[in-house]
Amino acid sequence: MANLNTTHSEHEEHTTTGLNNRKMLMWAFLGSDCMFFAALIATYVIYSGQIVGGGPVPEDVFSIPVTSVSTFVLLMSSMSMVLAYSALVRGQIKNFQIWILSTAFLGMTFIGFQVFEFRDFVLHGLTPKTNLFGSTFFVLTGFHGAHVTLGIIWLLSLYFFSLRGGVTPERHLDVDLAALYWHFVDVVWIVIFTVVYLLGVFPGI
Amino acid sequence: MVSIPFPVVRPLKPVGIWGWLTTIDHKKIGVLYGTTAFILFLTGGVEALLIRLQLAIPNNTLVAPEVYNQLFTMHGTTMIFLAIMPLGAAFFNFVIPLQIGARDVAFPRLNAFSFWTFLAGAIILKMSWVLGGAPNAGWFGYAPITGKIFNLGHGIDFWIVGLQVLGVASLAAAFNFIVTIVNMRAPGMTLMRMPIFTWMTLITSILLVLAFPVITVALIELMFDRTFGTVFFVTSGGGDPLLWQHLFWVFGHPEVYILILPAMGIISEIIPTFSRKPIFGYNVVVLSGVIIGFLGWMVWSHHMFTVGLGPIANSIFAITTMLIAIPTGVKIFNWIATLWKGSIDLKSPMLYSIGFIVLFVIGGLSGTMHSSAASDAQQQDTYFIVAHIHYVLFGGSLFAIFAGIHYWFPKVTGRLMNELSGRISFLLLFVGMNITFFPMHFLGLDGMPRRTYTYSSEMGWDLWNLVATLGVFFIIAAVLLFLHNVTRSWRKGEKADSDPWDGRTLEWSIPSPVPEYNFVEIPIVKSRDDFWEKKRSGDTSEIELNLREPTGDIHLPQPSYWPAFASLGMLIGGFGLVYLLDSMLGLLAAVVGGMIIMISIYAWSFEPVNDPDVSGHH
Ligand code: HEM
Ligand SMILES: [Cu+2]
Repeated sequence: MANLNTTHSEHEEHTTTGLNNRKMLMWAFLGSDCMFFAALIATYVIYSGQIVGGGPVPEDVFSIPVTSVSTFVLLMSSMSMVLAYSALVRGQIKNFQIWILSTAFLGMTFIGFQVFEFRDFVLHGLTPKTNLFGSTFFVLTGFHGAHVTLGIIWLLSLYFFSLRGGVTPERHLDVDLAALYWHFVDVVWIVIFTVVYLLGVFPGI
Repeated sequence: MVSIPFPVVRPLKPVGIWGWLTTIDHKKIGVLYGTTAFILFLTGGVEALLIRLQLAIPNNTLVAPEVYNQLFTMHGTTMIFLAIMPLGAAFFNFVIPLQIGARDVAFPRLNAFSFWTFLAGAIILKMSWVLGGAPNAGWFGYAPITGKIFNLGHGIDFWIVGLQVLGVASLAAAFNFIVTIVNMRAPGMTLMRMPIFTWMTLITSILLVLAFPVITVALIELMFDRTFGTVFFVTSGGGDPLLWQHLFWVFGHPEVYILILPAMGIISEIIPTFSRKPIFGYNVVVLSGVIIGFLGWMVWSHHMFTVGLGPIANSIFAITTMLIAIPTGVKIFNWIATLWKGSIDLKSPMLYSIGFIVLFVIGGLSGTMHSSAASDAQQQDTYFIVAHIHYVLFGGSLFAIFAGIHYWFPKVTGRLMNELSGRISFLLLFVGMNITFFPMHFLGLDGMPRRTYTYSSEMGWDLWNLVATLGVFFIIAAVLLFLHNVTRSWRKGEKADSDPWDGRTLEWSIPSPVPEYNFVEIPIVKSRDDFWEKKRSGDTSEIELNLREPTGDIHLPQPSYWPAFASLGMLIGGFGLVYLLDSMLGLLAAVVGGMIIMISIYAWSFEPVNDPDVSGHH
């Protein structure tokens, strides 16, 4: 019997298409996640305007200026993610750490805004139980928030791992995957902001 | 080209139960999937038997009405999610890496995680029987009867959580097989040289990745309704039960192709092998599979012809449904043309495959009948539909799975199944299946509704109900004989050589049973049906090499505890979600489950690439 050496085939350099396996996995996952948000957004759109039994409607609670700020914060986090990645591939670990930390921090700011907003809506009498608007709004944006939170945990893990020397330019894929995820979650928010907030308050456009 | 020359011995090789718990070998995971799913298939069969006994005579009271509702719900859910789908996954696991010339799947630990999570989902779903009542709203769980007002117990919660956990398992497996098939093929195996089974697995996996999120969302919304008081499907709050139907069938129709495409793939391997000629119109078979996968998204409302979507919507969905029959019919002609003038060898895998063609045609015809909205108005919710689903799922998917088991058994075990016993069990299954399900066409056209607890004699349904129930005993005999054949042949069967059927694809070029490393040397693929061509051309050097012991060292992925541990977290967390509001214990279990999952994911991603002893040699 020959010796069977055991290593991860996940780090195989050679693949049929030349694309990395883990990267392809990430793309497949994001494709799936697209359908996830598509179904949630479709539910929101189908039910929008159908308020039975009273309670606040979008115009009553949304504050476009506030949410525009949080949207801007999330967009900036994507930019700092790009800077983190490019610092890493250039071998500037210190800069990488600064940018990845600021990405996570901007993400947390966004979540802070969301918590503030949820609290504000509840004070205005809108909970998930109030009406269809409440149910669809909180579940859709709540699941987006959960995605952002997972992303923050991922970014912070990368940061702490880098303190122990675990993040190197050769292993840039580890960061690349997190970045891909982060940008995706960001794009989903742009769609939500447009469909839910902007069209909710200015239905004419 | 892949054997790598460092002389490293693997440390620590888990044995016995630990070997199975930590395995990441796609072949062992395939066997785990197969045996687990078959046992679950038997439980679904017991549920079906009780349904049929209850319906055997009019005004029967063998089971209570509430139990009856649970029986048909669990029967449908079990057969679809716990039997046919994972039996398909068993074949993906065992066969795909061998057919594409790979040492394993792209993500072996993720693969183990898929299996253990499937098991967790199955346990959650099945435990509902002993924990206060099984789900009772049908396998499609229509709103609003799944709502808290109509369904107070935990049955529906078990159903929701069980399906969510199973969804995670299926998605993980689908991601894995997409990457494996796209990225791990042997050199020279272009897309249009891939075996048809590999092609159908790829299409199935893509359908899964896109369809499961939709039911995930539907289930999340239902769960929030039941647990947190949202009003997605609560009519008093303006919720629309039709939204559930749309979401469910947007998933549900692609799902039926998830159940049948692997079956079509299996058939497309067996028929050419036992006709000793290449599949007729390979390109067309592949293309029609792709078209089916595409059109499968545009027909969902044919499950909703009678809810009043209006004539325009009904006409559109009637037309798309009729269209989808075309690529399906094309495939049938391809198989028949493959048989045409072949030197046909009627071994049991081939018998089951021909059984598949016959029965699937019947199911396809009744399906085309209710693709017309007007005609479906008569058939919806009657036994005609029950007849249809069983001709396609039992006569179709399940016959193909039996065909596949007989076909690949020697590759898995290194032994042949008993041929005589295989033929008798085929005959019993074929006859029993028709006696049970053909009369349901008559019952349905006579107006017998499905999901009906009992009926009175005046309806005139006595005879065919009794006949249908009698047919079940043939099915039972067939399955028992099959089980006997499998267990006996596994231990005492005649030894099989590497290529017992004069096969065409790469898995037949390596020893039976398959060694841990699959291929000594990854083959260089030069044509479609590469192994067959190489045998015929006399170019056997590569083949002989693969039948010998390897000389160099071969890299294999290392076993791991974390996948199974993560799935344990899914199990505990799943029970926690079911009982979330009942007591602190529920909440606690949900939190503990979540923590186990987090810990496993960390441990998993930081697990060293090599064993510590090994890494020094790099
Ligand atoms: C491959 C195996 C099978 C599959 C995939 C399967 C699948 C299904 C599905 C999806 C339903 C619909 C459930 C619902 O509408 O709620 C169903 C109903 C039913 N099945 Fe099966 N089945 C299988 C085998 C059997 C067998 C062996 C029997 C008989 C012994 C059987 C008898 C029934 C009956 C009587 C119903 C109708 C219950 C009712 O609506 O009242 N099935 N099956
Ligand atoms: Cu359908």
